[in-house]
Amino acid sequence: MTERCAVIGIGQTYHKAKREDVSIAGLVREAARAALDDAGMDWGDIDAVVVGKAPDMFEGIMMPELYLASALGAVGKPMLRVHTAGSVGGSTAIVAAHLVQSGIHKRVLTVAFEKQSDSDAMWALSVPRPFSAPLLAGAGGYFAPIIRAYMHRSGAPNDVGMKVAVKDRLQALKNPYAHLHLPDISLKMVEESIMLWDPLHYLESCPSSDGAAAMVIASEDVAESTAKVTGRPPAWVHGTAMRSEPTMFAGRNQVNPQAGRDCAKDVYAQAGITNPRQQLDCAEVYVPFSWYEPMWLENLGFCDEGDGWKLTESGATALDGGDIPWNCSGGVLSSNPIGASGMLRFLEAALQVRNMAGEHQVEGASRALGHAYGGGSQFFSMWVVGSDKR
Amino acid sequence: MSAPKPVVGNRPVAICSFAQSPSLRRVDQANEVEMLMPVIAEVFAKANMTKDDMGFICSGSTDYLIGGPFSFVMALDAVGVWPPKSESHVEMDAAWALYEAWVQLQEGVIDTALVYGFGKSSLGDLSRVLAMQLDPYTMGPLWPDQVSLAALQARALLDRGLSTEQEFAEIAARSRHDALKNPNAQVRNETPVAELLEEAYAVSPLRRHTLPPLSDAAAAVILVAGDRAYDVVDRPAWITGIDHRVETHAFGARDLAVSTSTAMAAKIAGVGNGPVDIAELHGPFAPQEVIVRQAIGLDDSVTINPSGGPLAANPMMAAGLIRMGEAASRIWDGSATRAVAHATSGPLLQQNLVCVLEGES
Repeated sequence: MTERCAVIGIGQTYHKAKREDVSIAGLVREAARAALDDAGMDWGDIDAVVVGKAPDMFEGIMMPELYLASALGAVGKPMLRVHTAGSVGGSTAIVAAHLVQSGIHKRVLTVAFEKQSDSDAMWALSVPRPFSAPLLAGAGGYFAPIIRAYMHRSGAPNDVGMKVAVKDRLQALKNPYAHLHLPDISLKMVEESIMLWDPLHYLESCPSSDGAAAMVIASEDVAESTAKVTGRPPAWVHGTAMRSEPTMFAGRNQVNPQAGRDCAKDVYAQAGITNPRQQLDCAEVYVPFSWYEPMWLENLGFCDEGDGWKLTESGATALDGGDIPWNCSGGVLSSNPIGASGMLRFLEAALQVRNMAGEHQVEGASRALGHAYGGGSQFFSMWVVGSDKR
Repeated sequence: MSAPKPVVGNRPVAICSFAQSPSLRRVDQANEVEMLMPVIAEVFAKANMTKDDMGFICSGSTDYLIGGPFSFVMALDAVGVWPPKSESHVEMDAAWALYEAWVQLQEGVIDTALVYGFGKSSLGDLSRVLAMQLDPYTMGPLWPDQVSLAALQARALLDRGLSTEQEFAEIAARSRHDALKNPNAQVRNETPVAELLEEAYAVSPLRRHTLPPLSDAAAAVILVAGDRAYDVVDRPAWITGIDHRVETHAFGARDLAVSTSTAMAAKIAGVGNGPVDIAELHGPFAPQEVIVRQAIGLDDSVTINPSGGPLAANPMMAAGLIRMGEAASRIWDGSATRAVAHATSGPLLQQNLVCVLEGES
């Protein structure tokens, strides 16, 4: 009884360190309006709105979707607010997709955002709590030892992370929406940037961004009739999956988490994928710190365990000449409006299979993976989209 | 046996198990995870199920009660999701987590879901915390407290002649009386209406008895789709209609004496398609019960809040889900055949959910 659904409208903001020209409402509206325009729709055409963002302390507003109801045209409609840590942008798109797949609604607007400049994410992540050791380091400090463990286990050379940092920033130059445009990026420049959390240099970390992402997800009949009018093809959803694992559990493998592997297995099974490297044309994967590309290559089954860094090193994941380009948009390393970062991955995957990614388009892409993760790698959300129905 | 045909959705889904911790003014001896653990254990034990039987898990909570990010992250450890499970979270009352789970169950891929919510109001000054929920540019900086805002709404109701202070007191007296039979309720006593009306105003026209208590508690339910529901409970509480709607955040743009979003949700959920035996309404302030009851269209024959309702226990982020669990309990025990559960979120009834539960007659 799972109904087909498709992405028929896509919008995003120009991501920047500080979008001082807009309020939060202005920011989300910019992305939502663009998605509606793409879908050839107006606010009144939408049945329901699904909003996602990371912790409310990132802006300092409790449940900000309540104040955004009018700006997002949600008044008189159902509105949901999703929060699943860093994976939230992906989870939000999945919740929206289910509203259509279940047959409840036909046209759902989904929006995710973060206006990091309104608060301080480092502070928000490090608020002291009783009986807990203070982190005082933000996400990078949490993930650096896990990256060290990966390097130790896989025997990867020290420069693999830096190569990812360069590759994604070069790809970001082809994406006008990306926050970081660093035309002079080079291995030397990354290596000479300050060491933030060993082994992560400053330029191996994601930026702090203000930004929003939006999609219109529609039922099969609406998607087909819309495509006829707009002339823009839908991106059909071939599968969606979410997985979570416990935080305090000694059996966790944080380098190669079980939840990520299970989530990938689930979404591939729905999409009929048995060999992701061969059957997918590209992937947008949540890589906030450079080393997470080789780590997730293994976790997502693009290669055997321990071989991820070899794939990266060989250039297989580059838009220019690679057989399985990852993060052609520049990825999280180039734009990180946290709550929206996951949705940007899902949205960029959809752009690729609609053949609408512009300069960073993978030629002839017909099937793509969108991926997001959050927390301390215990929350995962993924989808596979295609240019054909499945 | 067969489930009644739902008016919203196409697959019958039932609430089959419900557990809650006692609502207390202050739970000092347990953090959120510890408060939740016995509730999760109880909801599984009552259903004779385990986490491994769940197709999906969804929770509702808010970071602003704990004053830190990711309140739901550690809470999930109360379930112990190993091996990993399909799981999601809404930054809303857990009644909306139930809605998200119900949507997924419609697709027929999974048959079961665990839904839970929790909140400790005692950790901070709730009135100041909830002021952070208002328009951050025009309203929040004024720090209006929730009682003063609710007083504006009560005044609107009185000025329109839609209720009286006497009625507010009657609602409070009835809630406290009914709560005597609910061991999980917090405000339970027999107080004559006349005595309540002698109380001083907290904020005119609201006297103290019209205010919900500050509560710490957690709650959980299990949803089961299709005939499997009969394996769990003899008389499942079938969700035959469910819908939710939101209104604008701008108080000046709303008629505070009515709830258009509740009325819309009630109509779509099909409340009017048959007689209603009982209703569990989530109007935390006494005047809000009047508004919600009117919006749903419940006449005087309907028993309102047999559990004592939110005036007897109001744990943030769980009180809406508790309404659904309490209403389902009346279906299970045969005291009701058709029940309505309502949940609200946001200031002054901004967002509302209405659910119709039915048992076979």
